[in-house]
Amino acid sequence: MSVSNLIDLENGYSTDMGKAFLSERVVLRGRDLHREFGDRDWFSVFLFAITGREFSDEHLQFMNFMWVASSYPDPGIWPNQAAALGASARTTPSLALISGLAISEASIYGRKPERKALDFFYRAGRALDSGQSIANIVEDELKARKILFGYGRPLASTDERISHTMRKIKQLGLDAGKHFQLALAVADYLGDTRNLTMNVAAVNTAVIADIGLSPEEYQIWVTTGFITGMAPCYLDARRRQEGGFFPIRCTSLNYEGVPQRRWDRS
Amino acid sequence: MALLWVKSMSDFSLNTAIWQEDAEPDNPFVAARCFAHGYDVYGEILPHASWFEYLLLLLQGERPSPQAVKTLERLAIALANPGPREASVRAAMNGGVGGSVHASSLIAALAVGAGQCGGAQEVSVLVDQWAKVGLNKAAWLAFFQAPNEDYSEDIWGPFEHAPGFDPNGVGCATPVQQTLNLLAELSPGMGVSWLQKQQQEFQKTVGAPLSFSAVAAAAFYDLALDSRQSTMLFLMLRLPGAAVHALEWEVNGWKKFPAYGSGIRLSNDPASKTQWGDGT
Repeated sequence: MSVSNLIDLENGYSTDMGKAFLSERVVLRGRDLHREFGDRDWFSVFLFAITGREFSDEHLQFMNFMWVASSYPDPGIWPNQAAALGASARTTPSLALISGLAISEASIYGRKPERKALDFFYRAGRALDSGQSIANIVEDELKARKILFGYGRPLASTDERISHTMRKIKQLGLDAGKHFQLALAVADYLGDTRNLTMNVAAVNTAVIADIGLSPEEYQIWVTTGFITGMAPCYLDARRRQEGGFFPIRCTSLNYEGVPQRRWDRS
Repeated sequence: MALLWVKSMSDFSLNTAIWQEDAEPDNPFVAARCFAHGYDVYGEILPHASWFEYLLLLLQGERPSPQAVKTLERLAIALANPGPREASVRAAMNGGVGGSVHASSLIAALAVGAGQCGGAQEVSVLVDQWAKVGLNKAAWLAFFQAPNEDYSEDIWGPFEHAPGFDPNGVGCATPVQQTLNLLAELSPGMGVSWLQKQQQEFQKTVGAPLSFSAVAAAAFYDLALDSRQSTMLFLMLRLPGAAVHALEWEVNGWKKFPAYGSGIRLSNDPASKTQWGDGT
């Protein structure tokens, strides 16, 4: 019975992920943290902690670019707005930033569509390898799931990140990657047949598929990806008067509900 | 100065079908009267409604029946404190013991308690299933056997156990049974009492006992709450336990808190191959 497993686990937790031998040393995935990683950049150590793998400079540069390219210091962007409201309400810096990070696990942007887009590229790549055509792959996906994450009619007519991202991909020599080429072919097909365009989530996750992060690894890595944009939004609102982030007057509530009524006390 | 706002206009507005406000005459940013689904909150609800009556009104837009209020209140008691062994409460205690800001303890409890092993996501999936198949026993049994049939890649992983059952359980926990039995009597719908009738067969088929998630989901279904509303309520209703145990450990202090370090064993310690230490 499974309860016996719990009894076994009650006092012992064997792991190869790491341990802090306090006052002595720290081991991360079998390597001494301070001795082996002390001169490394944080980003590559973060990725090693997540995957246990080392990445090429080109791959690290691309992933670094992804974070830089999404560092939008605009308090109108929803996660940033949460951080700014935190500042406006004078919460702590950590709580304000965490509020923004938490809501970044969203459905219409952020973590959910990215993870689904990445999964699509892996599945589509396997289908391509087995001899299927781009048309079949796309049509099968749309038939089965009704949506193809990473493609659509974007909120803005063009995503300013795409041209920069394309240039970076080429500059780093990542443009020959199987999944990246697949993403372009899917974009061509959807443009011709449905007038849909590729958004930056598709571009990014296609390259991520070429790099080889699993959807879970990808999500863990990208969870804090918006934080650079949030920090100035927090600070800006923090410097203003309390409650000063786009205050809403009572009459700006457009009430659409039932008419006023009495609470029957009987 | 005071009247400048009369002529000014905001460029932004917010639509809501829940909340309406009349402003104070001297300040457009302060409400004099607030209406929730048409009812005067501070004039009538505050003096006359119960907390759970108001809660269901906010969620559903209509005054609930006395039976619904009583059911939710009893369920709220059952869920209020999962106890200090439960994962979300333990997460909160890790905040309390270190003197973290109090909100962070509740954030930790919400995050951990949102999961699909005994948490809000499991309840959400079950409430969706109630809406889909209702009292269809065959459909429920098929779902328990293959809960991931329609699964595709997502931020939520596939289920590793039949939703609504304790994967580590042996018999049904007495508190779960007590809650199920009480709510089967009180509940305004058919769900909980039907679940009670199916309990033995379900448990035998699945090979695990019912959990609080199953009871809560059935009660939410009976209260006519959808999965989104149920998720929010379930998360909120379990916070009292997280709060009090976090506060308890803030006072108890870290020296009395379990220190798991001695139980964590490294299977690939480089010190076993190097000069850096003996690995103990």
